[in-house]
Amino acid sequence: MTMSENIKTVKNATCTFCGCVCDDMVLTVDLDEKRITKAKNACVLGRAWFAEHTIGDWPVAMIDGKEVSKEEAIEEAAQTLVKAKFPIIYGLSDTTCEAQRQAVAITDIIKGTIDTTTSVCHGPSGLAFQGVGESTMSLGEVKNRADLVIYWGGNPAASHPRHFTRYTVTPKGMFIPNGKKDRTVVLVDVRKTPSVPVADIFIQLKPGKDFEVLWALRALVKGKKIDASIEEETGVSLATLEDLVDKMKNCRYGVLFFGMGLTMTRGRHFNSGALMALTTDLNEFTHFVAKPVRGHGNVTGADNVVSWQTGYPFGVNFNRGYPRFNPGEFTTVDTLSRGDADAAMFIASDPASNFPKAAIEHMKKIPVISLDTKQTETSKLAHVAFATSTYGINTGGTVYRMDDLPITMRPAFDSPYPDDEEILTAIKKRVQELVWAKQGIKAAVGEARVA
Amino acid sequence: MAETMILVPGRTSKQGTSLNKGKLKQEYLSVTSTLEMNSDDMQRLGLEEGDSVRLSNDIGETIVSCKGRKPEDLPSGMLFIPYGPPSSQLMASDTAGTGMPLSKLIEVLVEKVA
Repeated sequence: MTMSENIKTVKNATCTFCGCVCDDMVLTVDLDEKRITKAKNACVLGRAWFAEHTIGDWPVAMIDGKEVSKEEAIEEAAQTLVKAKFPIIYGLSDTTCEAQRQAVAITDIIKGTIDTTTSVCHGPSGLAFQGVGESTMSLGEVKNRADLVIYWGGNPAASHPRHFTRYTVTPKGMFIPNGKKDRTVVLVDVRKTPSVPVADIFIQLKPGKDFEVLWALRALVKGKKIDASIEEETGVSLATLEDLVDKMKNCRYGVLFFGMGLTMTRGRHFNSGALMALTTDLNEFTHFVAKPVRGHGNVTGADNVVSWQTGYPFGVNFNRGYPRFNPGEFTTVDTLSRGDADAAMFIASDPASNFPKAAIEHMKKIPVISLDTKQTETSKLAHVAFATSTYGINTGGTVYRMDDLPITMRPAFDSPYPDDEEILTAIKKRVQELVWAKQGIKAAVGEARVA
Repeated sequence: MAETMILVPGRTSKQGTSLNKGKLKQEYLSVTSTLEMNSDDMQRLGLEEGDSVRLSNDIGETIVSCKGRKPEDLPSGMLFIPYGPPSSQLMASDTAGTGMPLSKLIEVLVEKVA
């Protein structure tokens, strides 16, 4: 391939592949070819993210697999959502906060349900936060202060490659002048993952015994006796646990990062809650914080936007005209698997690929609207499918890093595809007109009422 | 011969890079259909590198190819697979009131596909 001369450089661009949301990218952009040819500072996942998001060759909008105009698809999507009795809007972790906000507004207007990929990620941790509270921090604090870093049930080497090098293990910080030499890194998991070589101590426990180990640690921190038979139960010796407790109590600034090894296994929010309760206990002795390692680029933004607009982070229903939160009832796996939802709009996510079989079977029976940058199992089964541009590459806006820090994106090149916010704003306008028409309210009157 | 084992679906670098190319592309489909298995377990079940195995439980079944891992890296009785359409076939939909299906540590029956 010959390189054109129409090249630009975008400094301090943001990678939105994972929750690290690294904002120190230096992108080389071929404006004629409309592609990123180099992404300096990116990890292996970021390099693939920037290299592979070129301009696609599929239609902007399709209905039942046939190309239609954007306007026709917007009309059909709006009609579908307004006609439904129990529509659900889901996804949102790979789009901007501005688009997420439009999705909440649509849900409010159609009295539907809104849920995000959080419900199948750290949703259980969200429940645990509400139960036991959260001792939290920014990743900058970890970089500058943490001398004990523990990862529990997560594998950042595969899922968040720069977590170690940018924030938690190798970087030198204000009170950590020698970087890794000044820190102790502990990894707890059921298998030897690619992250293990980074750790000074690897603790391998029996599958499904996280809660037991965390609860034993809580007891030891409080000075209670634990029987040596804990090893038979959990695979971890009492001496190992005592040593870890000693390190935790005597560090200056400790942090527990946790992954889906806790939330996706039996116990779910009890596992996350045990870890956060342990963190709280440790604050009697030293400074200790905990943080879930969040997956998708703006899943943290989805939590923030949905919380800011409805008061709850995910699984929110507007049937009664006001927001109600009830995981297990208003979360997407449940509404689909039970057969409750009679229409669905999936934004920037692919549940047809990752959800349980029963949920996928139900998706095939109801009208689905999809918005995605690429073709997926979900867009394949969609009644109305929109192809949209990529956030952070073609679209600016706001995303939240996993530590709840908002970051403004610097896009690299224009796309002929519309962005999620544009499509959702148009759908919002149309569903509002349709709902007003149903209620016999003229648009102008309705607009005055809203104003 | 069939044995019950514990399946851990999870993320890998290759799954992450291939999904950027497209989730309907061959590379992603092949990454998410490759099962990692303790090499001693493979030997016991008469399996060789790349052989097809059927994973099944009360929910469903899927056929994937297997790849050996050293016993010190993956304990006996544990299986690892990158998340994707095959692992979804084995996930129960009950979330016990949380919204989260049990997506890791799934009990499955493993057998060689003749």
